[in-house]
Amino acid sequence: MKDFEPRIIGFLCNWCSYAGADAAGSARKIYPPNVKVIRVMCTGRIDPQFVLKAFQSGADGVLILGCHPGDCHYKEGNYNALRRFHLLRTMLAQFGIEKDRVRLDWVSASEAEKFVATVNDMVKKVKILGPLRKTAVA
Amino acid sequence: MAKPKVAFYWCASCGGCEEAVVDLAENILKVVEAVEFVLWPVAMDFKIKDVEALQDGEIAVSFINGGIRTGEQEHVAKLLRKKSGLVVAFGACAHLGGVPGLANFSNRDRIFDYVYHKSPSVDNPERIVPQEKTVVREGELTLPEFYNTVHTLDQVIDVDYYLPGCAPPPDLIMNAVEAILTGNLPEKGAVLSPDKSLCDTCKRKVTKPEKTVIREIKRVHEVMLDPEKCFLDQGIICVGPATRDGCGERCINANMPCRGCFGPTSRVDDQGAKFLSALASIIDADSEDAINKITDSIADPAGIFYFYSLPASMLKRRLDI
Repeated sequence: MKDFEPRIIGFLCNWCSYAGADAAGSARKIYPPNVKVIRVMCTGRIDPQFVLKAFQSGADGVLILGCHPGDCHYKEGNYNALRRFHLLRTMLAQFGIEKDRVRLDWVSASEAEKFVATVNDMVKKVKILGPLRKTAVA
Repeated sequence: MAKPKVAFYWCASCGGCEEAVVDLAENILKVVEAVEFVLWPVAMDFKIKDVEALQDGEIAVSFINGGIRTGEQEHVAKLLRKKSGLVVAFGACAHLGGVPGLANFSNRDRIFDYVYHKSPSVDNPERIVPQEKTVVREGELTLPEFYNTVHTLDQVIDVDYYLPGCAPPPDLIMNAVEAILTGNLPEKGAVLSPDKSLCDTCKRKVTKPEKTVIREIKRVHEVMLDPEKCFLDQGIICVGPATRDGCGERCINANMPCRGCFGPTSRVDDQGAKFLSALASIIDADSEDAINKITDSIADPAGIFYFYSLPASMLKRRLDI
């Protein structure tokens, strides 16, 4: 599985994490290009259907990044994301989707370093897991 | 004028849908008077070759219940599609995969292994399992292929309408039959039931607080349920928020929570994920540990959230086996 390059969908909140990713880019930090970023206004907007859609469409992992608890632009959208996240991961495990394929973390607008470290770590873990297996459906 | 020809067929389901037709009571006489049955294996003796002898499109409408689990079911579904003007997916299993669709959390090998070897009541020392072909002295015997995955009817053939429910209630069946007989039909692909959530007409809505909060999840056998109060407000999982209305609330009236047999409304692609979202949002906890403690107390979340709709969900089945 040496050549496997995971496809990871990153849902980044507009107010903190997207700005954090932007800061990483402006600072010319180097990180793997495996994460395709989708900007959302808030992690609280991320319907679990979005995560399933990502896996259905061929993603090997989903990364959700939002404002630190207490810092949400909409006060508690990130708490809503947190409430959904653990249950979603538990449920996805029943579908045979390993826990490391879905990650929720907090990245502020100034945390370019943390953004890079999180992406690095996520890519590393999904590489170890390999492609999301697709069972023959017949 | 010749009566319109009608077929009923039974795929991977429990037989409750056939029972629902019989439950039309005296109304069934109206149906029998108005139509001519050309296939109804549970009630009348027709053969597949009788259907094969019909011209394409000659059957006015075929009602097919059950998911598609075997090669034979797929074959008959395709045959009926060819011979029918309209095909109605009848009941939750044809519509969404239904309870048999929960087998998609497993696969053929595991199912066969359990059923023919590991099940405590099985005595099978020679480890015999059904084969698609078996040669005996008299010739070759065949059985239909058992698929790895249960499919909804519309994953196998084109479906015109859906009659939801486990089983569909008699009033919805009668409405559908009348609509078909009079040609007064909605647009193709419609689910023949109101397109709003069950909570909208639930009689317990009046007791629902402004903001429902859950601090503890309980199961129905663990508590005495208040027959007036919203289930979710009592900490009982009720899939009503993510389920289509129109069932007549038979479960709710019997003091049992909704399990989602009518499927989602037209704005939802994945009933289980949508319900997960609704449930998680009313959990009253902010710290990760407290949230995890509550969600960990849900026994078999995927099994409850997709009780009737796993084959129709975005992921359709367990992916790693």
